[in-house]
Amino acid sequence: MSAAGWQGQRRPQTALALRDPPWVRALLIVLAVSVLLSFLVLPLAVVLMEALRPGLDAYAAALADDNTHHALLITLVAALLTVPLNLIFGIAAAWLVTRFRFPGKSLLITLIDLPFSVSPVVVGLSLVLLYGAHGWFGAWLVANGVKVVFALPGIVLATIFVTVPFVARELIPLMQAQGREEEEAALVLGANGWQVLRHVTLPNIRIGLLYGVILCNARAMGEFGAVSVVSGHIRGQTVTLPLHVEMLYQEYQTAAAFAVASMLALLALATLLAQHALEALRRPHPPEETSP
Amino acid sequence: MSAAATPLQVGLREARVRRPLVDGVLPGGRLAAGITIGWLGAIVLLPVAAVILASQPLDAAGFLAVSLEPRVLASYRLTFGMSLAAAAIDLVAGVLIAWVLVRYHFPGRRLLDTLVDLPFALPTAVAGIALGNLYAPNGWLGAPLAALGIEVAFKPLGVLVALTFIGLPFVVRTVQPVLVEIAAELEEVAATLGATRWQTFRHVVLPAILPAALTGFTLAFARAVGEYGSVIFVTGNIPYVSEITPLVIISRLEEYDYRGAAVVGATMLIFSFAILFVINALQAWGQRRSGLPG
Repeated sequence: MSAAGWQGQRRPQTALALRDPPWVRALLIVLAVSVLLSFLVLPLAVVLMEALRPGLDAYAAALADDNTHHALLITLVAALLTVPLNLIFGIAAAWLVTRFRFPGKSLLITLIDLPFSVSPVVVGLSLVLLYGAHGWFGAWLVANGVKVVFALPGIVLATIFVTVPFVARELIPLMQAQGREEEEAALVLGANGWQVLRHVTLPNIRIGLLYGVILCNARAMGEFGAVSVVSGHIRGQTVTLPLHVEMLYQEYQTAAAFAVASMLALLALATLLAQHALEALRRPHPPEETSP
Repeated sequence: MSAAATPLQVGLREARVRRPLVDGVLPGGRLAAGITIGWLGAIVLLPVAAVILASQPLDAAGFLAVSLEPRVLASYRLTFGMSLAAAAIDLVAGVLIAWVLVRYHFPGRRLLDTLVDLPFALPTAVAGIALGNLYAPNGWLGAPLAALGIEVAFKPLGVLVALTFIGLPFVVRTVQPVLVEIAAELEEVAATLGATRWQTFRHVVLPAILPAALTGFTLAFARAVGEYGSVIFVTGNIPYVSEITPLVIISRLEEYDYRGAAVVGATMLIFSFAILFVINALQAWGQRRSGLPG
């Protein structure tokens, strides 16, 4: 757990020899803080300022708009479908990778990471090529009256694709570090597979699991590029919150765009706070820094 | 070779023969393998295969002709060039921020540490309109920069700003844990041997964090190359000047040029695969260097 425990640990009384001269320290702190402020805090501040600039009434009106409500609904539906499915995948993948030996394991781990390095636009393109009118399954889908691209299923598939790795990525190192002794002991004591999972594995990984779910949800609700390609931008039908922001912005309804964006910014802040709280939970006994 | 196999050899051979494909004591291996491979196959690999195959009826020369036509080529130059520059800025700024957050204590440190992940958590479209507003000629940062004669928004430089923003956490978050893990003893020894703080940093700390820093650099670079949402609001999206490669794919799709879109998409996919192997190699190097088991 040491890797996760770095955050709040005060180094025990830095030795004199390791202390940087005060001016170096001051200079580096000022530099780092100004980079963080200008690069991270300012954009966030701009969103909130611009959203509230025309006044609270205009802000409330932008959020009360029917199109905004519908975009929120689509975003919630996409996230509610995506997160549980990728949660099940993440647990299965971590169970497979950390509890069994099989050929091609490192290739599998690389493939789980693949969505992280594929451009969201390529993800959208791939779904159009598969399920679009001219795609592999296009003719079959049309014949059966199923609409995937430019409809909700396409949005959900795109969201699932880009968030596939989140839960698995959190669980694999965690379950690797925990080892399988406790689960094997439960097995010897007569537990069946589901009981082992429910009473041993899941309680052990619950914080990592929650962490992965939070990251997965943030990305699911915020995904733009992949969803943008498959959405078709039909107001009130296939527009998610991020797409709604884009459309308002391009129609020069800047204040409304920032008002909707501020909802997503608050989601991001809530995500960061939850991450922060979970980091603290992850190191249950910080004083136990004993040297061997 | 004629000698009869010893019992041990027979046992080993049988063990090898009998070992199932998915090997382990715990139950659920087959089910987990089924879910994992089925889901990855249906959600990720099938669509990826569709992109590769849709670009295929072309022969290699035809592929290159489409993939390297002037407008696409100009977009590669912009995308890869700006991504490299952004990742380089992230490398320097990220190591600095990681160092300050790990080694120094000052008011607000925990808060800033939490905020580092903001570019991961903030939807890219929100980041895009925020940066576009911030760097616009009348924006908080755009106005002073414009006074200096530097135009950012709606110019190619806007691409750099957006890509630097989204890549920053990668370097900080890969370097931070390594900086914590470096044994204080090593730095103390260097100090005892008469090294200055700079020499200690240069010869003890830097080699230790190098693999992690390069991993962060590569992750930031990979993310930047594929980035779309935050960029399109900050730059002018003018073909040949400020049009990134993902946007070329979208233009091709809007023109119903599926083949062209697939060829450019496949080119980007090939890059994605290549970068995954680089990241794996860098991580293996880092694990060897820190002496941790893979």
